[in-house]
Amino acid sequence: MKNKLSPAARREENWGWIMVAPTVIGLIVLNLWPFVQTLYTSFCEHLGFGNYKFVGLANFASIFQRPEFWKATWNTIYFCILTVPIGLFLSLLVAMLLNAKIKFKGGFRTIFFLPMVCAPAAVTMVWRWIFNGEYGILNQALGTHVGWITDPNVVMISCAVVAIWSNIGYDAVLLLAGLQNIPKTLYEANSIDGAGKVRQFFTITLPMVSPTLFVVMIMRLMSAVKVYDLIYMMVEDTNPTVTSVQSLMYLFYRESFIAGSRGTGSAIVIWTVLLIGLITVIQFYGQKKWVNYDV
Amino acid sequence: MKNRSLEASQKRMTILTYTALILGAVIMIFPFVWMILTSSKTIPESLAVPPTIFPEKIMFDNFSDAMKSLPFIKLYINTGLMIFFRVICAVAFSSMAGYAFAMLEFRGKKLFFGIVLVQMSLPSQIFIIPQYQMVAKMGLANTIFALVFPGIVSAFGVFFLRQTYMGIPKEIGEAAYLDGCNQWQTFYKVMFPLTGTSVAALTIFTAVFAYSDLMWPLVVNSDLNMMTLSSGLATLRGQFTTNFPVLMAGSLLAMLPMVILYLIFQRQFIEGIASTGGK
Repeated sequence: MKNKLSPAARREENWGWIMVAPTVIGLIVLNLWPFVQTLYTSFCEHLGFGNYKFVGLANFASIFQRPEFWKATWNTIYFCILTVPIGLFLSLLVAMLLNAKIKFKGGFRTIFFLPMVCAPAAVTMVWRWIFNGEYGILNQALGTHVGWITDPNVVMISCAVVAIWSNIGYDAVLLLAGLQNIPKTLYEANSIDGAGKVRQFFTITLPMVSPTLFVVMIMRLMSAVKVYDLIYMMVEDTNPTVTSVQSLMYLFYRESFIAGSRGTGSAIVIWTVLLIGLITVIQFYGQKKWVNYDV
Repeated sequence: MKNRSLEASQKRMTILTYTALILGAVIMIFPFVWMILTSSKTIPESLAVPPTIFPEKIMFDNFSDAMKSLPFIKLYINTGLMIFFRVICAVAFSSMAGYAFAMLEFRGKKLFFGIVLVQMSLPSQIFIIPQYQMVAKMGLANTIFALVFPGIVSAFGVFFLRQTYMGIPKEIGEAAYLDGCNQWQTFYKVMFPLTGTSVAALTIFTAVFAYSDLMWPLVVNSDLNMMTLSSGLATLRGQFTTNFPVLMAGSLLAMLPMVILYLIFQRQFIEGIASTGGK
């Protein structure tokens, strides 16, 4: 086999290996091996100082018995339900508005996109202030006394608002690119038929933009399942409200690095990966029903 | 008659569009405005009921208070160095690998690229505990190296630049090769310069991602002098639970460099981050 390669092909192969070497070695050391270790650790108990004892499925058994864990799983799913559909709807709306013949298009785009370049740690801080129960501007403006961050039933909604606000510009820019790819002639032919704007949306815009919408939705779902920083900044881990709002990744962080229980921490990550896998499978079957690839 | 009503409805549509956009823009911009306004207030001013919108006078006491409790200069340097090294690594290694995966034939290519795809599909938290243990074992916690560590290779960068190289006609490389360039020279002198837009996009993406990242810097660097802007802010939140003017000043200080860069290079930022879409 080796002898059949011409000298030029062999040189090409050597260059190929040299050029991918840093990446492949790096990925093995930094990702592949850690992945195997995390998998193994999820079946182990951490004895401290990097020593582990194999305990089989005990970590999983222990997290499955904790209400806190199921609450975190539900919180993660709830966060997805709250942020993804509304976020997509609003982003599509903004994209359609930006797609109209308007002035200052660039200016609007810059404003909507702004949260994207601000660290979540920084923007969440001002939202905490806006949502503050006693002195926050929101309650004062509405004349209400809602504990936006302290009420266990409300705090997730507040986090969802921040998440939607943060991502709307980014998603809108992606969707705008999808909208701009729709041929204008389709609308012209349609308006001669006398179709209304609403019908135009459902017969042309939505089907034509559905592939982009699908990509954005997957991306949004995946990042929503992994949500951590925003909720961590909204509700610190010493706050009693934390259990009613913490996501799986937040629980993972507290478990692994604050409680120091790396075995159960790893089990939580593995659980999250399984959840991501499940969502992916559902999505790829679901897309056949609504994503239009014929256009 | 019909034309006039059509014109009128078009006009109504335009007004509606502008109204919605301006309303949206106000909601988007308000938190930033409120942050700036609050950062110049005294504590009693910030807690006034009903609220005062504008601070009595422009003052920078809150900024100096924030800088006293958090070594901002060091945080800027740490964040800057972390971004710098991560960008250099991501661009250099991803360009090389992206080129090889797109243009060259070698055994193991499919397997190696499979590793790239596996990394991309897993959440980064799955690597964190072992990565932290490695850094700790090397005795390198609380260093710049620790901040850079998980970003030394970028699977996403490899994937993204491979796409770019696949869009370049192979004939260009072949012509250079026939002119006597070896593979490295073909890559470095001919192909790499053609990928400017993608490299800029990857740079911006890597920078914004590293700057926003919270969990890793929080885990690996607990020394206040070795934190990033993001993780530093998290500790500031713990110190001043109710002193919102100082918290706003701190957040503003943390946001400022990136926002200024964004306002200067807005087109590159928006198009760059959008072209890397899906991550």
